[in-house]
Amino acid sequence: MSAPEARRVPFGTHPSGTHQHSAAGGEQRIAAAFGKPGRRAALMPYLMGGFPDLDRSRGIGEAYADGGADLVELGVPYSDPLADGPVIQAAGTRALRSGATLDGVLGVCEALAPRLPVVLMVYANVVYARGVQAFTAALRDAGASGLIVPDLPLEEAPLVLEACDASGLALVPLVAPTSPDERMGRIGARARGFLYTVSVTGTTGERVALEDAFGPIVTRAKAHTHVPVALGFGIATPEQARAAADAGADGVIVGSRLVRAAAEHADDPAGAVRDIVAGLAAGLHA
Amino acid sequence: MSAIEHRFGPYGGQYVPETLMPALAELELAWAGALADPAWTAELAELLRDFAGRPSTLYRARRLSDHAGRPIFLKREDLNHTGSHKINNALGQALLARRMGKTRIIAETGAGQHGVATATACALLGLECIVYMGVEDTRRQMPNVQRMELLGARVSSVEAGSGTLKDATSEAIRDWVTNVGDTHYIIGSVVGPAPYPALVRELQRVIGDEARAQLLEREGRLPDRVVACVGGGSNAMGIFAAFVDDPDVQLIGVEAAGEGILTGRHGAPLTAGNRAGILHGSMSAIMQDADGQIVEAHSISAGLDYPGAGPEHAWLRDSGRATYVAVSDADALRAFALVTRLEGLLPALETAHAFHHVLEEPSESTMDLLCLSGRGDKDLGQVLDKLGAEEL
Ligand SMILES: Cc1ncc(COP(=O)(O)O)c(C=O)c1O
Repeated sequence: MSAPEARRVPFGTHPSGTHQHSAAGGEQRIAAAFGKPGRRAALMPYLMGGFPDLDRSRGIGEAYADGGADLVELGVPYSDPLADGPVIQAAGTRALRSGATLDGVLGVCEALAPRLPVVLMVYANVVYARGVQAFTAALRDAGASGLIVPDLPLEEAPLVLEACDASGLALVPLVAPTSPDERMGRIGARARGFLYTVSVTGTTGERVALEDAFGPIVTRAKAHTHVPVALGFGIATPEQARAAADAGADGVIVGSRLVRAAAEHADDPAGAVRDIVAGLAAGLHA
Repeated sequence: MSAIEHRFGPYGGQYVPETLMPALAELELAWAGALADPAWTAELAELLRDFAGRPSTLYRARRLSDHAGRPIFLKREDLNHTGSHKINNALGQALLARRMGKTRIIAETGAGQHGVATATACALLGLECIVYMGVEDTRRQMPNVQRMELLGARVSSVEAGSGTLKDATSEAIRDWVTNVGDTHYIIGSVVGPAPYPALVRELQRVIGDEARAQLLEREGRLPDRVVACVGGGSNAMGIFAAFVDDPDVQLIGVEAAGEGILTGRHGAPLTAGNRAGILHGSMSAIMQDADGQIVEAHSISAGLDYPGAGPEHAWLRDSGRATYVAVSDADALRAFALVTRLEGLLPALETAHAFHHVLEEPSESTMDLLCLSGRGDKDLGQVLDKLGAEEL
């Protein structure tokens, strides 16, 4: 049933010759983005591809880079996003209504990839609908560095992991506060790029005062993997981002706050998010 | 007892956020423990008997048999407390929730029958109950919304998407992701991530086990065909389960053709036979576009208005053991009127689809067993709306 034990790839220090495939490409680019001097933790804003439309979502991604983002998590809108709260869900619905397609979002990926590493976030059915191998090949061709599939737990991941490895993409798994230690260890051992650590038991969305919970989950995640640990879900303010870094997170993912800003400033979404990203980046200065 | 199935051929699995994976493991463990606990199985048996009214009767439909020219036996799940087969599953899962120490129950509902059954089980066991229901369904199944509220449940109406069963299910799963610590999700059909499809089948197989024994005792033979409607597929799996190992018994699932398969406005993923995909945590027959976006189903009957079907059905179809057909809105309405007039039975619109297939499609069958999955009181408003009074 379970996948063969993953090769352990020490983060940022690939011993040459251990990689038969070109996976080093995506993994190395991600590793470099996590290891920047002057940064307490890498900043990874979430971008809903195609929201409010494809052109403007590309502009928002550029603004993330201008504001000081280290990587971008690029979401593919989906009809039934089971891991997402109301803000991202509504943005996805809007993106689909305004005609966003997978290929359109891959176009956004291609436009952003020269500026910063892109990690695509997409629900499993979209991957399977294209065909796992065709999907990862298209993703590689669009310049992406990694892939996050929030409804593809360890048990279902082997096929996609193999295709990602073959395409030079890092398949980034998730762990949650509900994951027992033993399970976290099995997930952490197969992680590529970084370990997406969900800060709360819940869906994406802004939350007040959850900083107390950061320490225990980050400590547990770091004890169970060799790759950087990025904390996400519910982080919205520079204070929360800093608290995540204080808790030991190697990276911070900010989603709903930025998607909400883009929704509230339809006239100039790029301008609105640039300021927020800059504020978050300042909060993460060493 | 062997471990509960996670896969049916290539179908099934657990495509859910990591947050839920430990809860699915806990559920599987609790289920195995409950089955091995004589006190637990005795309590379920007692509730099914004294509270729900089991065994349900097997009725040889007099005038419908004449109409079809062959004996038609009806497994009367409409006579259960709360009016459908859904109570079998709701009682079992509510007892399981209590065993796991969960105090909060969530459920999704389309026609409202599963919601009512769950609200009923929760009232009985003193559990908090929240039912997610698409806004469109709250409108067309209003009596059931009122029943759930009277039973003490909170009905949360879901605006997303088409405001039907798919969207209610997605919302229930999101609630579970958020509240998984104290909450059990009582899913209403043989869908969702493992272990749900097999677990719900086991709780519904009482339908088939009873019917098989009743028919053997009465007629000394098995039917040529076993026919049931398929939304997610729980009443069908429940009755099929007892006959899968009888190779001479044909198993037929009847889906909703809505306005016609070719229009795309239907709820018949098994019949349409398009590319398989992932919906609500399992790989199965689903309705999707080229990019893998789930498309909206359509059916006059809220309980069949769902763009997926249980993974075991997809496998029974592929392996050739069961056959799936689809019946249109218009034919289901006509069958509803016919059964009411001819037999004095008022079937749920869901079941009316199965009735149409048995009563109006030519067959060599010499005896049919049909699962009368529920009663149609909830559908009166809608049926009267659609059928002119003169047609009735
Ligand atoms: C009476 C009745 N029959 C059938 C169904 C369809 O569900 P399933 O296919 O799981 O039996 C429903 C669902 O609401 C129902 O209420």
